[in-house]
Amino acid sequence: MWTLLKIELFKIFKRSRTYIAFGAITAIILLIQVALKFDGKSYIDLLMNNLKDSFDLTDDLKVKILNGYLICFVILNTLLIQMPLLVALVAGDSIAGEANMGTLRLSLTRPVSRTQYMLVKFAAATIYTLALLIWMALLALFGSMLIFGVNDMVVFRSDGIEQIPVFDVLWRYLAAFGFAAVALTTVSSLAFFLSVFAENSIGPIIATMSIVIVFTILSEMNIPIYDNTIKPYLFTSHMVAWKGFFYVKADADGATIPGSIENLRAIMKSLGILIAYTIVFTGSAVWVFNKKDILS
Amino acid sequence: MPPVIEVKDLTKNFKDIRAVDNLSFSVPAGEVYGFLGQNGAGKSTTIRMLATLIKPSAGEIRLFGLDLQRHRKEILRQVGAIIERPDLYKYLTGLENLRIFAAMSGIRPTTGKLMDQLEMVGLAERAHSKVKTYSQGMKQRLGIATALVHDPQLIILDEPVNGLDPQGIADIRNLILHLSKGLKKTVLVSSHLLSEIELIADSMLIIDRGKKLVEGKVNELFDPSETLVEVKTTDDAAIWDKLSTSSWKDDLQPRRSDRIVLKLYRSRVPEFMKALVEMDAGILSLNTRHSLEDYFLSLTSGQQHVDAFKD
Repeated sequence: MWTLLKIELFKIFKRSRTYIAFGAITAIILLIQVALKFDGKSYIDLLMNNLKDSFDLTDDLKVKILNGYLICFVILNTLLIQMPLLVALVAGDSIAGEANMGTLRLSLTRPVSRTQYMLVKFAAATIYTLALLIWMALLALFGSMLIFGVNDMVVFRSDGIEQIPVFDVLWRYLAAFGFAAVALTTVSSLAFFLSVFAENSIGPIIATMSIVIVFTILSEMNIPIYDNTIKPYLFTSHMVAWKGFFYVKADADGATIPGSIENLRAIMKSLGILIAYTIVFTGSAVWVFNKKDILS
Repeated sequence: MPPVIEVKDLTKNFKDIRAVDNLSFSVPAGEVYGFLGQNGAGKSTTIRMLATLIKPSAGEIRLFGLDLQRHRKEILRQVGAIIERPDLYKYLTGLENLRIFAAMSGIRPTTGKLMDQLEMVGLAERAHSKVKTYSQGMKQRLGIATALVHDPQLIILDEPVNGLDPQGIADIRNLILHLSKGLKKTVLVSSHLLSEIELIADSMLIIDRGKKLVEGKVNELFDPSETLVEVKTTDDAAIWDKLSTSSWKDDLQPRRSDRIVLKLYRSRVPEFMKALVEMDAGILSLNTRHSLEDYFLSLTSGQQHVDAFKD
């Protein structure tokens, strides 16, 4: 199994298209960091627009707010919406790409069970997703910490702002990246599942993105009839639950309680739903593939 | 010694289409077994079932005496196959491709061993070139190297000479003969070209529309004492008339527009040539060819697919 996994990773990381995602992430993060480095105060003004009656920030305070932790939060908010496309590029290619190249039939005449083959393919796609996230974390979190320094993190919410002490932030990011890894693995498993049906990787990639876009729109829209019927079951509704790690409980005086999470139960529920989706998509992919006649 | 391949009542349906219909055959150890049929006859579907790419609708396949469904992994360790085109990872080198398929077969040969394999198929010098730079013939040879990398006892080659130039075809033919006669492997090779099968196979099976038409030793199916003689003269019509009223009339084959064809015992060919000279026929060409080809065509293509291709 380990040998097969090494082969899959070798094949993934030998293809130049694999690095498109790494290049895209690098470019976006650098562009955001450069923009905020030179015009960060305007961005803070924009964020504070709704709260300008309650707060009056000095330039000095704006610089403190605009630290590496906030920058990473901004980047995560922007990028985690685009990441499914980058993940689908590889996961959607897993089986369909092999069928398209004609290598699927050569591979399946080897003494490897189809279940084993599929699980290894999925594991390789998951490792690619993790590698992408780690790269993103290195640039967005640690890169921003280096460029902008660290300080207390201010989280802007619809009903105000909350301040998380500097010593209480890093673990939240690690947890958020862990959650994002699960969320993106769910997208990866969807692309992987669709890949079983196609003989060309474009189809599963487009289908995955279409599903993610439609589900995201449904998740974001405020339509009462969907709020309690469809929305709770869409995996996209749960993909943004990583933000929950930055919503902190407050004491009676309104001060944030370090180490606390406002609604851990909701995060865990979202995590469970995403894992369930992943299991269903991957299990279905293996089941379908085991029954499939290879005609490519 | 039990047959290496035993197929009994094998059937495959694709919805309403029966691609393989109650097919039974067996392949003895150490032979080159030709699997012959026109395009769409069911050869590739049968081979895909032998390679576990397609599940049979009915019937039984036993390889090395073991049931293929139950002992798939164990059996595939002893099988090397190329199904249709030898598609490989174009963005990897020949050596990398070979290493990958060796590892997938459960072996980890040294680079030296892999280079030996590439040497055998004449690709050692291009071992480090990406496959996308290979010619069709080189890809075919690399495909064969990947099929042989784990030293299988049974080699299944589906249309191995398709798309190759004459030199490529000769190379593959020699390689198959080397595998069988030199290395004592059992080789199942499919083709729609009788001439290819005839040159390399010990036994053969002809199928059409998924059904077995004939199976047997090549030298038994083909009677070497008979041959087809094709003559082109300056006036085919006049010579045809003379032959049809002579002692040669029983040997004449149905009339064709561009040539005169007779089916003769080989020993009578000189006598026939002498008769033509005596008739003062202006002979433009005289060719002999095996009757097996006509036999094959009569079995598999009673009707041409396109009228325009008829003689």
